[in-house]
Amino acid sequence: MKALICIGHVPDTTSKIRFTDNDTKFDTTDIQYIIGPYEELGLTRLLDIKDAGTDLHITAINVGLKETEATLRKALAMGADEAVRIDIDPTDAFFVAKQIAEVFKNGEYDFIVTGKESIDYNGGQVDGMIAEFLNIPSVTGATKFDLLEGKAGFEREIDGGKEVVESVFPFVTSAGKDFAKEPRIPGMRGIMAARRKKLEVITPVEQNLKTEVSKHYLPAAKPACKMVSPDNVEELVRLLHEEAKII
Amino acid sequence: MKNKEAIKGGEFIIRDSEIDEIFIPEEFNEEQKLIAQTCQDFIDAEVIPNINRIDAHEEGLLPSILKKAGEYGLLGISIPEEYEGFGQDFTTSMYVADILGAGYAFSVAYSAHTGIGTLPIMYYGNEEQKQKYLPKLASGELLGAYCLTEPNAGSDANSGKTKAVLNEAGTHYIINGQKMWITNGGFADVLTVFAKIDNDRALSAFIIDRDFPGITFNPEENKMGIKGSSTVQIFFTDCEVPVENLLGKPGDGFRIALNILNLGRIKLGANVIGASKAAINLSVKYSNERKQFKTFISTFGAIKYKLAQQVIKAFANESAVYRISQNIEDSVKKYINDGVEKGKANVEAQREFAIEAALIKVYGSEMLDYVVDEGVQIHGGMGYSAETEIEKAYRDSRINRIFEGTNEINRMVTADTLIKKGQRGVFPMFEEAQKINIDSLGAAPTFTDDYFENMKMTVKNFKSLFLILTDCATKTFARKLPHEQEILFNFANIITLSYVSESIYLRVKKIESIKGEKASEIYRDMLDSFIFDSANTLYNNGLEAIYSFVDTNDQQKYINALRHFTTVMPSNIKEGRRRIADKLIEDNKYSF
Ligand SMILES: Cc1cc2nc3c(=O)[nH]c(=O)nc-3n(C[C@H](O)[C@H](O)[C@H](O)COP(=O)(O)OP(=O)(O)OC[C@H]3O[C@@H](n4cnc5c(N)ncnc54)[C@H](O)[C@@H]3O)c2cc1C
Repeated sequence: MKALICIGHVPDTTSKIRFTDNDTKFDTTDIQYIIGPYEELGLTRLLDIKDAGTDLHITAINVGLKETEATLRKALAMGADEAVRIDIDPTDAFFVAKQIAEVFKNGEYDFIVTGKESIDYNGGQVDGMIAEFLNIPSVTGATKFDLLEGKAGFEREIDGGKEVVESVFPFVTSAGKDFAKEPRIPGMRGIMAARRKKLEVITPVEQNLKTEVSKHYLPAAKPACKMVSPDNVEELVRLLHEEAKII
Repeated sequence: MKNKEAIKGGEFIIRDSEIDEIFIPEEFNEEQKLIAQTCQDFIDAEVIPNINRIDAHEEGLLPSILKKAGEYGLLGISIPEEYEGFGQDFTTSMYVADILGAGYAFSVAYSAHTGIGTLPIMYYGNEEQKQKYLPKLASGELLGAYCLTEPNAGSDANSGKTKAVLNEAGTHYIINGQKMWITNGGFADVLTVFAKIDNDRALSAFIIDRDFPGITFNPEENKMGIKGSSTVQIFFTDCEVPVENLLGKPGDGFRIALNILNLGRIKLGANVIGASKAAINLSVKYSNERKQFKTFISTFGAIKYKLAQQVIKAFANESAVYRISQNIEDSVKKYINDGVEKGKANVEAQREFAIEAALIKVYGSEMLDYVVDEGVQIHGGMGYSAETEIEKAYRDSRINRIFEGTNEINRMVTADTLIKKGQRGVFPMFEEAQKINIDSLGAAPTFTDDYFENMKMTVKNFKSLFLILTDCATKTFARKLPHEQEILFNFANIITLSYVSESIYLRVKKIESIKGEKASEIYRDMLDSFIFDSANTLYNNGLEAIYSFVDTNDQQKYINALRHFTTVMPSNIKEGRRRIADKLIEDNKYSF
């Protein structure tokens, strides 16, 4: 069985966010990159399944420029069998989904795993769009994932409970929290093995851009906290009404 | 660099280095960064969440975490691949020690196992011994300890009383004696034990398995810091050790012990990098959260000063540590090219840089003590609460000035070894000293508008200060100089700061050549401040030395030279420190 796992190359969560070029671009100076945490859980689950004895070939894929190779190399060190980088700076989810769908079509993959959300732009659309491009089922935000006889089993969190889902192959699923317990830390053996694993760079398919970023804003600084004495309910109501404007 | 002869240990005192001869942490490759990330993840996932349980000596916890480190391959970083390790180069093993240095008591256990616990066998073991022990030490199946110190033999390690007597059949050594302060002793499976055979004056080294008959262990010592690390006394009573467990030849022990210590000292320099960054992170986070007088304390100049000084010292230490790593690595390669066997090549290279190892041990441990001390101060009363992590960092730091040779011993090694190398003519130190004409020195050096040339000159001046003083001192005291410890300490301080100053200067220059002038402004601020502080310390040490031994008729001449050599380019140090602190405060973590 062959799986494609999308590996996001995202800023470390403690990064300082700054913008350049008239606030149209993210300033990458001094930024440390990591594998998107949900993708990391996705890959970890696939590796767990493989370690438990399932014959599974795992290909890590990323749409991005050369600098994302370090992130892909980490996926290889964790245990992915090979990696593919589509050599272009991605602009939006539609663009990424299209590129990945093309790779899927050209290889003999059985399913695709993405993260449920990219933690940089909080995108959560690639999985659904891939499914549309390929006309295959999509299970978003899965919290449990198993390969069963001829199908796959999932659990998803829904309002007030859980949903148990099964899907035939091929499908796309996006990994949510609990997809795996803890992200796998690559050991020395994996890191050394990653040197020799294949990391293929492919040219993107042509595509027209559909969106354009006009500006980024940082959230406004939080105003100072106001303390209201417990005896002064009137003042509290006034503040909530006049200043916070929520009642 | 190709056509230049490799720099010798200690030779820095008369020879400038160029940026292409040094390695800086900004140059780590992708794979080294991956390894470092694994170490960081390991600390975050396995060590820090358990640190209070480790410090409470929860039964079996620390060895289990060490074994887990073994599963990730972290115990076999520098063990050759033929013994199931990962054969990483020296700089990578230093990077690992750096990152894992942030793990408090775990770090000490880790260093003891992978350093003094494993290396005697790796460097001095015969093939059989290596085959038998190294793969299991690499995987963590066996854990190691090193037993040199005795109740009456600490700094004077060669004075140990533990005895080894060959039995009549010639099959076993019978060992009797007592060892003290043995790290990992509570659980180690393999002990490297130093003892004297018969009435030898020299030590010999033995590999002793925990389950050999005749070994008993005292309970854990109750320590000031690194409480979770295991430290015990060990008693050997007619302990029978098969003759094949002798390490090296009879009488090799002291040499083995000293050479292993060289490595331990350099590694300690690396360990304190991770520890200092962790303490800086705690400090800046707290100062960004704590409000007094209606404002965050990180806005106060006094706090910014502390934060900046923490960063500058940590950065300087890091610059020196990786410079030494590269020197050693180059030297190992040279020995291997000359046909020297790998283990011996490592030992020789580390011995070559014994001066640098001793000085960085001192600088690094005192740097960390400064950082955690100011860390506590930034936390105010909370810094004194046993509930806070900085309090632990403060207590845990203190041991670094004591083990791996006390800082007193290492200061003596620094000054004494360098002077002896000069006297033996390993490099023309005294010839260079005599070339300096102190009568012709102006009041202050002439600075140009070339920033790095000025820095280079200042560093050279620092070294010149040592050269003129040591030249005078050796003439004054001749063979009695080693007894003038106070003066040797002045010298050691001057040598150390010269080395570290040169290291940070070279690193900043190299950063600028890689990242450009704009990106390196903050690093220039660090360099300015470091050089300024060093010049003042050099001045004090120089003056103390001059008053203590220079002929009164010559004192003024020497003091003029001292002023000349310690005059640095004027710059607004206060503003520079503020900029450094501001970056730290904005990033809310150390990211330089
Ligand atoms: C937590 C911990 C872990 C340790 N782990 C190990 C281990 O795993 N294996 C091991 O073998 N040992 C270990 N040690 C021992 C350690 O290496 C010694 O404590 C150290 O070498 C100092 O020896 P000492 O304690 O006998 O002090 P002493 O040698 O008695 O020193 C006392 C003071 O006198 C000074 N002094 C001594 N000689 C001179 C001199 N010639 N000139 C000037 N000043 C001098 C010292 O610097 C110090 O300030 C450990 C110690 C501790 C506390």
